Amino acid sequence: MAEELLILLKGTDCNKGAVAMLKTHLLDYFECTINSRSDSIAVRHNDNEISFSELKQQSQKVGSLLMEITGAAVNTPIAVFLPKEINAVIADIGIMYSSNPFMNLDVKTPHERIMNIFDLVKPAAVITSRKFSKILSDVDVPVIIIDEIDWNSIIVDESTLLSRRRMLIDTDPFCLINTSGSTGTPKGVVLNHRSFFDFMSVSNDRFDFDGSEVLGSLSPIVFDIFDFELCMLMCNGSQIVLLDAMLAAFPARLLEKLVDYRVNFIFWVPSIMVNIANMGLLDKIALPDLRLVWFAGEVFPTKQFLVWYDKLPDTVFANLYGPIEITLDCTYYVVEERPNESEPLPIGIPYHNTDVLLLNDENEKCKIGEEGELCVRGTSLAMGYYNNPEKTAAAFTQNPLNNSYPEMIYRTGDMAYMREDGNIMFKGRKDSLIKHMGYRIELGEIEHVIENELKLVEYCCAVYQYEKKEIILYYQNNSELTEKDFRTALSKVFPAYMIPSVYIKMDELPRNTNGKIDRLTLKNKANNPEE
Amino acid sequence: MNSDILSMLEEIKPEFDFNDSEDFVMDGLLDSFDIITLISMLEEKYSITIDGLDIVPENFSSLDSIANLVVKSGGKA
Repeated sequence: MAEELLILLKGTDCNKGAVAMLKTHLLDYFECTINSRSDSIAVRHNDNEISFSELKQQSQKVGSLLMEITGAAVNTPIAVFLPKEINAVIADIGIMYSSNPFMNLDVKTPHERIMNIFDLVKPAAVITSRKFSKILSDVDVPVIIIDEIDWNSIIVDESTLLSRRRMLIDTDPFCLINTSGSTGTPKGVVLNHRSFFDFMSVSNDRFDFDGSEVLGSLSPIVFDIFDFELCMLMCNGSQIVLLDAMLAAFPARLLEKLVDYRVNFIFWVPSIMVNIANMGLLDKIALPDLRLVWFAGEVFPTKQFLVWYDKLPDTVFANLYGPIEITLDCTYYVVEERPNESEPLPIGIPYHNTDVLLLNDENEKCKIGEEGELCVRGTSLAMGYYNNPEKTAAAFTQNPLNNSYPEMIYRTGDMAYMREDGNIMFKGRKDSLIKHMGYRIELGEIEHVIENELKLVEYCCAVYQYEKKEIILYYQNNSELTEKDFRTALSKVFPAYMIPSVYIKMDELPRNTNGKIDRLTLKNKANNPEE
Repeated sequence: MNSDILSMLEEIKPEFDFNDSEDFVMDGLLDSFDIITLISMLEEKYSITIDGLDIVPENFSSLDSIANLVVKSGGKA
């Protein structure tokens, strides 16, 4: 027994100091990291770079400025409306210093959608740059223009920053991430500090992170992957190389950047990796520094995955799975043997301290091989959707296996089953949520906006063509509409990735026996055109 | 060839005026998804295979540069 206990305790930081100095905020980790890394480069972006100590100084100044502007506000979201650049990193960490959660927004989001988000979340302030401030001219919250800050004039009062932070607890919000809802206004997922510590501690243990990582950051700042990269920087002292979104269109350039900056770790969505494989670029550009590749967000077709696996024999690959609501990812599969081309990659096993429940329609635990909804239990769960109790209550529910005390689970809406060997296999969605170019899209939102807000057509149904990766809109309407009519109207309300690629008019949309539009028939029609 | 390429671009992004742009890439008219779509259209129309190393911003900045890329890849008008 004593021996078992010893084994259990091994690897746990048991010294008294660690217990006394409980870390409750990501900045507690960042400030430890700074001690050993102060002159190292924290972030690089094209020809610009910033060291850890400079990053701390400037972030503290942003934090002080925010404290001045927003007064007593703590745990109140502060928006960031910046492109992916070093200033965005300073803004996020600056917001943490003000003891508030950050909410990164995409500068390409149409104005109307930004306004919807502001109306719902009511951030205490927004940080932007001169170039993008024009778009925010009609928001009624204080605007900080980061490239006009007179850095020398700001005096940092470290003890006030710290005493405010000491009032927070580890389940206070770290960030808000907006994700497609069904009504035209995104849902703001609230993620706490604790959930990120848990993810980092398990990742560090499993993948031996030690601060020598150089991350090739390709995700937009609105993705949770970017928040993970920030945590790698803050907790481990890893370096982030910011890669411009435009590079995703030009994979050869992208790979050249990885070589130039000696990137050794990437965490990407599969679509770009599929393009790289299809273009045969791994034959032409060697990536000798790349040690670790994580991918998540959508299914990586095994055929293209094998191109990567075969060309980079010394690189470790891991398939991660998890919706935003459970903080980054909750299962992982490290590819240790060559997968069979005809089989999908497993999503793997749960992260330590995360429990995955597969529940069938009767809310009972599925047997091996039985398909059910993937539900998650643990400290990784989000706190809910900001100012949205209805949506929160629908997705975060009492664990049906526990009738004795309150215990939340998150119902992902994803269908999965467990294989004999304990690995979980992803099967698809219960509803009409899709992953497209790494973004999560509720097809119902596209339909709702087209029918009810823009009133473009009488009825419509959006389905996803998985092979071509395009959204198809079937619609029923008396008058003719051109593709241009649709695109012009939709580009004012939706980001580009939510705009359907194909528009098909039907005399009448198929209906099921209840009179509802028969989504399944249309989905089959789009995915099996010859039938 | 330029007019054929223009109609392909207009098919991909009917809401944009490509004649108005000095540089399609810098002006943000084409995202990664559009580039992939355009490449497959060009490869089909001109029976060519475009080398992955040639898929760089300079080759997609204007109608002329796209046409040059097609010719370089063995395409004939």
